[in-house]
Amino acid sequence: MAKLFLKGNEAVIRGAILAGCKSYYGYPITPASEIAEAAAKFFPLVGGTFLQAESEVGAINMSYGAASAGQRVMTASSGPGISLKQEGISYAAGSELPIVIVDIMRGGPGLGNIAPEQSDYNQIVKGGGHGNYKLIVLAPNCGQEMCDFTMLAFELADKYRTPVVVLADGFIGQMMEPVELPDPVNKIPTKNWQVDGTKETKNNLISSIYLDENDLEEHNIKLQVKYRKIQETEARFEEIQTDDAEIILMGYGIVSRVLQTVVEEAREEGIKAGLLRPITLFPFPKDIINKLCDRAKVFFVCEMSNGQMVDDVRLALNGKCPVKFYGRMGGIVPGTQEILNKVRILATSLPARGNYTEKLSETFIKI
Amino acid sequence: MIKDILQKPESFYKEFYRKSGSNKLTTHYCPGCGHGVIHKLIAEAMDDFGISNKSVVISPVGCSVFAYNYIDIDWQEAAHGRAPALATGISRTNPDKIVFTYQGDGDLASIGTAEIMHACNRGENFAVIFINNGIYGMTGGQMAPTTLLGQVTATTPYGRDAERNGYPLKITELIAQLPGTSYVTRQSVHTPAAIRRCKKAITKAFEAAMDKKGTSFVEVVSTCNMNWKMTPVQANQWMEENMFPFYPPGDIKDGSKADPASFKQN
Repeated sequence: MAKLFLKGNEAVIRGAILAGCKSYYGYPITPASEIAEAAAKFFPLVGGTFLQAESEVGAINMSYGAASAGQRVMTASSGPGISLKQEGISYAAGSELPIVIVDIMRGGPGLGNIAPEQSDYNQIVKGGGHGNYKLIVLAPNCGQEMCDFTMLAFELADKYRTPVVVLADGFIGQMMEPVELPDPVNKIPTKNWQVDGTKETKNNLISSIYLDENDLEEHNIKLQVKYRKIQETEARFEEIQTDDAEIILMGYGIVSRVLQTVVEEAREEGIKAGLLRPITLFPFPKDIINKLCDRAKVFFVCEMSNGQMVDDVRLALNGKCPVKFYGRMGGIVPGTQEILNKVRILATSLPARGNYTEKLSETFIKI
Repeated sequence: MIKDILQKPESFYKEFYRKSGSNKLTTHYCPGCGHGVIHKLIAEAMDDFGISNKSVVISPVGCSVFAYNYIDIDWQEAAHGRAPALATGISRTNPDKIVFTYQGDGDLASIGTAEIMHACNRGENFAVIFINNGIYGMTGGQMAPTTLLGQVTATTPYGRDAERNGYPLKITELIAQLPGTSYVTRQSVHTPAAIRRCKKAITKAFEAAMDKKGTSFVEVVSTCNMNWKMTPVQANQWMEENMFPFYPPGDIKDGSKADPASFKQN
């Protein structure tokens, strides 16, 4: 099939429509606005609904209503808007509603700027809203994956009856790349829980309130069982030259593209570097990390944040292997050379595992 | 016929099976509360139109959060103030269904002001039942946006003071100004005659929703005798003497939403 030259943000909407998504509720925000604009253009053409909501709060709650009615629905925003949506996301998680949410991350905190950052990791992966919930989080690193992962997000959302987030930095959203459109999804699963105003659905109730303590604990346990199942079955990742790697580089989104070049150049210099890119941030690919640490001497995590994903790497390793971190903030994408320099330092000081951390004490975060 | 009067409407659960606790025959509302009567009027109107199998209702956060325990229709429970946003999503998804929200004054006129104003301004095809008792009932009697000046509540222990707390909000009059609304009215349920008038208003609002005439809006001025710290009888009297002069019952707008073709932008 012929390829289209698309912005990542537009690829999201192409994927959504191919996945059978019927409605989009959103609010303008840079650098995510092209998603709403593409939705405004394409949804009416396929008999769907596009509505510019009065607010981010309105948009997530309209999505809640449409999802309750059994329709595939999505919304998108960037950090400041996602913060506003957190209330609705918590309610959707509590009511177990499949909603796809796309977050095109920009610089923060506060108004920050509109340049790409990866500082929404904590508010998305750790849950920015109240309560004991998790979201499935997919992290694309190119235009093709913006399309593909949006489609996957709808599939997982329906499969597990949960909100799913496509988490991308502003670079991935704004970059134009060739995208090959996959085949459309023909069969969307029917939902026996939906509330669509018929006699048959009257016994269904979309709600997140359980006033009785025991009922609410039971509901929470049910959610945790679901999250455990997701953790066990849905972890996705990409490995590049990790087989014999002593230095495992880790990053997601645009950073993983930079790291891929770093690995190639490091290999040319004889440094045994490899790349592990988490594709799902929840479920976090803990098992592969634990497998790779048998051979690896150090994990080197690179993010466009103050170090948010690195905490999950440390948790997965549980002290079994040293972890180094390098991060840029404010919208600056770390370049190949600056990361390669850090890799060279790591390589020259690679010791036997034992005394490694003492020898290399310099901080890798740029402050 | 007496038989009709004594029977629960068909759309009302005979036993409230969703209600927690062992008592499945009475509501969770306090004695003297208006919610029960209004619920019954809604159920009667649903029976009259035969729409209980093609309606979706959104319950709010507040005392009526559990309204789904009582009326036998499709329900969704919204976050505080967000019912009109849910209703927008539902009615856009299923335009052939009858959709309405049931909201209190804190929910609709305070935390959910943006949602209700914009839904009404878009002329969304659903009905809104708005219960105004001038106080936050479920949280224990705090000031609401509709609390009258001088009224004592848990957060206005010296009475609502305009300098400190602003003025009581006539949100229904504001909503009547919006071109997307067709029928906007204020009712009460404190006497048999008022209940009959309210029933008529709710019927008319549902009719507007069925005919896709834009947003219809029924405010019901009601009492919260528990938090007003009165007997039910005293509360009704206090409402007539104090609430009605500021929130006068009656139709505010009875027509249709603005015709896009002849809508004057200047």
